[in-house]
Amino acid sequence: MQVLYFAWVRERIGLPREEIETTAETVNDLIAELRTREARYDMAFADTTALRVALDQELSEFDAPLKGVREVAFFPPMTGG
Amino acid sequence: MIRVQAMPFDSGGELNIFSASVAGAGAVVSFTGLVRDVSGGLSSIEIEHYPGMTEKALGAIRADAMQRWDLADALIIHRFGALDVGETIMMVATASRHRKDAFEAAEFLMDYLKSRAPFWKREVTADGADWVASRAEDEDALKRW
Repeated sequence: MQVLYFAWVRERIGLPREEIETTAETVNDLIAELRTREARYDMAFADTTALRVALDQELSEFDAPLKGVREVAFFPPMTGG
Repeated sequence: MIRVQAMPFDSGGELNIFSASVAGAGAVVSFTGLVRDVSGGLSSIEIEHYPGMTEKALGAIRADAMQRWDLADALIIHRFGALDVGETIMMVATASRHRKDAFEAAEFLMDYLKSRAPFWKREVTADGADWVASRAEDEDALKRW
């Protein structure tokens, strides 16, 4: 699946998107998997209360299943307007 | 109509076009957001967004407003990219036969734009650049609706 990062999440991880092969069943599982990769992922995902997630471009929850999802995006709370 | 663009726009001109297109409505309310220098020393802002999701989210927010209130039309224009102090960031406009519907729907659009549309602002000063933190009040504002 495509994993996208925005704003400071993108800066901390150091890239805007990447293709990830995973068997993670939920967003939380995916985060746990990413955190084991490298310190920059571990840091970016240290506090999920400071993060939001979108699955296929719809805001979602961290316990949501990933089955069938093609695009996951992580970002801080939005500041539009 | 929804527009997401890097290009500057003339909110007055857009409002005239919108008003002319809903001539039968009788009431038009608009809000325009400008880049402001709150603490002094701001040189510009940068707005990042999530192409694809942005248009979807704005479309859903607009559709929700059209359903909740008696509106002839609703317009949202939001910019991304680099903006100087004083530049127009975004505007919303609503048209209705009833003043109350037009006002309420415009406030609803603004409240949802703040925390449910995937935009992130970064303030650039001489000392560097910082992401703007979301405010609890903006999240609380949604409870009204």
